[in-house]
Amino acid sequence: MPEPSATNEVILQAKDLKKWFPVRRRLRQAIKGERRWVRAVDGVSFSVRRGEIFGLIGESGCGKTTTGKLVMKLLDPTSGRLDFEGADATGLDKEAVIAYRRKVQMIFQDPYASMNPRFKIRDVLEEPLLIHGIGKSRQEREDLVTQALAAVKLTPVSDFMGRFPHMLSGGQRQRAATARTLILSPDLLVADEPVSMIDLSTRAEILAMMKELQRQFGLTYLYITHDLSTARYFTDRIAVMYLGRIVELGSPDDVVDHPVHPYTRALIAAVCEPVSGQVDVIKQLPIKGEIPSAADIPPGCRFHPRCVFATKECSELPEPELETVGEGHQAACRRWKEI
Amino acid sequence: MGNVVEVRDLKLHYLTSKGAVRAVDGIDFSLATGETLGVVGESGCGKTTIGLGMLRMPTPPGRIVGGSIVIDGTDIVPLSENQLRRTVRWQTISMVFQGAMNCLTPVFTVGKQMMETLQQHKEMDRAEAEEIICRYFSLVGLPPDIVRRYPHELSGGMKQRVVIAMALFLEPKVVILDEPTTALDVIVQAQILNVVKDLKRRLGVSMIFITHDLATEAEVADRIMVMYAGKVAEIAPNRLVYDRAPCHPYTQRLLAATPRLHAKVDELAFIPGAPPDLLDPPKGCRFQPRCSVAMDACAQEPPLIEIEPGHLVACWRCRNA
Repeated sequence: MPEPSATNEVILQAKDLKKWFPVRRRLRQAIKGERRWVRAVDGVSFSVRRGEIFGLIGESGCGKTTTGKLVMKLLDPTSGRLDFEGADATGLDKEAVIAYRRKVQMIFQDPYASMNPRFKIRDVLEEPLLIHGIGKSRQEREDLVTQALAAVKLTPVSDFMGRFPHMLSGGQRQRAATARTLILSPDLLVADEPVSMIDLSTRAEILAMMKELQRQFGLTYLYITHDLSTARYFTDRIAVMYLGRIVELGSPDDVVDHPVHPYTRALIAAVCEPVSGQVDVIKQLPIKGEIPSAADIPPGCRFHPRCVFATKECSELPEPELETVGEGHQAACRRWKEI
Repeated sequence: MGNVVEVRDLKLHYLTSKGAVRAVDGIDFSLATGETLGVVGESGCGKTTIGLGMLRMPTPPGRIVGGSIVIDGTDIVPLSENQLRRTVRWQTISMVFQGAMNCLTPVFTVGKQMMETLQQHKEMDRAEAEEIICRYFSLVGLPPDIVRRYPHELSGGMKQRVVIAMALFLEPKVVILDEPTTALDVIVQAQILNVVKDLKRRLGVSMIFITHDLATEAEVADRIMVMYAGKVAEIAPNRLVYDRAPCHPYTQRLLAATPRLHAKVDELAFIPGAPPDLLDPPKGCRFQPRCSVAMDACAQEPPLIEIEPGHLVACWRCRNA
């Protein structure tokens, strides 16, 4: 691991954040007054320190992207609170949201869809400057664009400025997308699966660049991914999500080498490793069944129907909260000492 | 044990208005009975094109411009479309296409779609077909009542099991699986890999497993074929690739770029540059522009040579290994 660049200052704090989406009702249900919800994010609390890379990990449907969108203020939470740099960022008005987004920017998953195909790279990067009214003259903005492109190593810069997105490879596009966020000198970057659509051979190159930029500009990342292997290498802390809640939180070494929560254990057992001796060995996966719908979350511990260690208590007692299981390591499992 | 597949000097080009994109440009490989061959490479290296070519159904404007594909003793390249349909596709060789699980028709039940495929190829009554479907469902670990369900009622993992069952139930000699686990979650991915391994053991079917991920290949493939820019870079047994560092610089770099969960590294390796444009591939070794150990000889194209039993490499540096 690199030297701990994280400070103790909390830059972003989520407290019991919830996002529930309503499910369309049938007439009979509407008459009875029944309401159903997809509980995409269902009580998530975490704090991100300035200068760290905080990983949010989970399978599809666990609410990690929704959490990212809540942080970006692309969605408003159903309940709970979000603090940014010590100030409440939950119910901001339109102007405050724009000011907020100058400090919090996002790198999207799909570099093919996140850029206007009719914009040249110069225009793609200039757009945020125009929105936020930065740079008085065209020349000034052009200089900023040049700097940002140089920072992500899309050089020679003059070569890339006039190109259209389709003339760039996936990796180059993701660099341009990163440059577009950097141009506003944000404090926090939300990166939602930034490398999952990029070829394996260049994936590490993009991550190395992101890490370099983090050191250079003192950035903080909220890194959202399903891929534990890159998260282990890239992040300072990992939060594992399951069905809208964080079930385990800790340093990558703790979470990967000494997982406590049964779900984390299953997740780690399932990861493929490029080592020999696995051919034809049927893997024992310590998990049962399939992931339930977020519209129908099991009572008690939400993982209990799939847990191989679950007892009657797990389904009957209220949901376990995150508790400390080691230094800087938390898990939400009632039976963690016994299993 | 004989070879069920023999591919010799296969060339499959996409004939575009700008010229021929040489997606698969003279490759040789074989597949033994009961064996699983893993085909790995970056996007655009021609791995999917090989799979489609082996069913003689390349995406237009792709065309097989040379070579032979002998499957179970018959060269399928000169066969007519009618013969292919009647005797080759699905009876001798079948494929689980990339993203096939999303290609199930939403308007019919799973059972009805499967029934249609079965009855197209074999004369059988309903009861017989149902029995076959149920047998293959249990092989891939699905409950029989799935036949009455619609695709939208199934999870990704279940749909993937359905399309695997569909590729198998006409008892083909060879099954091609193209990225069958890529779009799935880690746990579901591991479950599908277990299904594939189990089928291999129980049915003894030969497989070609295409993926971009060397880590996945470690789980299923007996031999690994690494492709680069339409050419075979290296073919080696599983143990050799993962234990004793492979010989081709591209395979080595690709392996180094594959992250390991249980290994602590400060920096992940990557391969600088991008794969070449196959409209106009570089002269000589195609990996040379990105290769860190390139030398003068690399201006000539290296042939694929067996440097030790079962280990074939196309690199001038590996000649005397």
